[in-house]
Order: sequence, then C-alpha cells, then structure tokens
Amino acid sequence: MKQDIFQAIADPTRRAILTLIAIQALTPNAMAEKFDMSRQAVSKHIKVLHECELIKPEQCGREIYYHFNAKKMQEFDHWLAQFRQNWETQFNQLDHLLTTINEQK
Amino acid sequence: MNNDLLFDFNVDKAAKTVYITREFNAVQSLVWDAFTKAELLDQWGAPAPMRAKTKYMNFEVGGRRFYAMISPDGQERWAVQEFTSITPKTNFKMYNAFADKDENRELPGSEWDYNFSEQNGITKVDITIFNESFERLEKLLEGFKIGFTITLKNLEELLATLA
Repeated sequence: MKQDIFQAIADPTRRAILTLIAIQALTPNAMAEKFDMSRQAVSKHIKVLHECELIKPEQCGREIYYHFNAKKMQEFDHWLAQFRQNWETQFNQLDHLLTTINEQK
Repeated sequence: MNNDLLFDFNVDKAAKTVYITREFNAVQSLVWDAFTKAELLDQWGAPAPMRAKTKYMNFEVGGRRFYAMISPDGQERWAVQEFTSITPKTNFKMYNAFADKDENRELPGSEWDYNFSEQNGITKVDITIFNESFERLEKLLEGFKIGFTITLKNLEELLATLA
C-alpha cells in the first residue's frame, strides 16, 4: 500500500529525520548513528518516507545517500493553499448571503 | 464586504488537523442558522462555480445531512455528514464521509468541530477538521478540482472562439 504523507509526517522520529536530511543528505548508517537507533528501525522509517516521496535515494559509490525532496513538500503546501482558497470563496459567499438576509429584515 | 473580518487558516501536519477561523458581520443566531439549515447552507456551501444540493438534513444528534457538490457540467460528488454533538447556537460536531449517490459511505471520513461566539455583533466561527489520513483530506478537494478544471476549459474554449 502506498504510504500516506500525513501518516509519514505525523511520526516525530520521521520529522526529525526530515529536518536532519533537509540540511544534509545522509546514509542509513549515519541516520542510525545520529538517532541512536538500530539499522532495522531506520530502514522502516526510510521505507515510509521514500514511499510517499518525501526523500530520494542517490547512489554514491557503495553508499546510498537520502536527500530531502522539497518538491513533494511544496506539492503538499500547494494543495493546502488551494483548500484554503476554496474556504475563502465559500466564506465570501456567506458574507454576501448574510448581508442580503440582514437587508431584508 | 468587510475586509477587517478575521480569516485564519492553519494546518498542523503532525496532528493531521486543519484549523479555520473566520468572523462574520452578523449576529450569532443568524450565522448558526447559515451553518445548520439546509436551505441556507445550499446557498453558500460550495465554492462557485460548484454548487451544493442537500437531499435531506436532520440536524439532531445522530441525524444526517446527505448532500452533493455539483460541478457546472452536472457531475455530483455526494457526502454524508453525521451530527455527533449539538449545543444550540454555540457548538456542533459532525463526522463527514464521502458517499455514492445511494448514500453508501466511504470510510474513514473526517471529524469536524464548529464553535460559534459573538462579540459586538461580530460572530466568530472556529472550525477544526481532523483527518486520519492526508489522502482523505485530499479527497475533499477532488470535487472542487473537477469543477475548477471544467471552468478553465470553458474559458479556454471561449477564448478560442474570440481569437
């Protein structure tokens, strides 16, 4: 099943991983070390983040470095901006309706 | 329209929650009616060019509103709101889920909490939307997008005829 971006961000460890690799791409081993976690635990988090495209792997020699995918986060923010715009439109319609009702009184 | 009226829109991604606050230049009882009476809701409850159509609404605890958002080309996106708590004029909570035209719900949905308060004739509405998943939240916009895309397409066609 494809991972949900909300579920991915909701986890505090995954947010910490994102914050960290937003500054610098890291290998799974480096992440495990920074968070004092097992390789398996890190792999699980990486899998979730990778499946919802918040991070991207890049092979560098024998190592895989994970990068933060800012574009995905922007898509998410863009979507939220549209959601906000819809509400603004609806509320302006309601303003209009309330004015009409008040004038009729 | 009064531009001094407050409009806040915040998203707590970690808590999977959206917070919306808006003020209206009307008394609390009227604003309450606009949010809880089908005949008023249908006049503003979908962003133009979409429109809202309520099939039925029982505004009572355990009651439901079954309604659709309709795009300009007539596509209908049905949803069910189930009212879980009502404190007249000040608060109501509901569970919103998309549905097919026969009212079969697609679960899970989202939890909505509305609070109303008035000061000096200005009514403030606080809305909290909790979504179990982002994809559910994303679906809330799906219907809007259909309508919007069609409008843009109409505009393109109109521009093409004028060219």
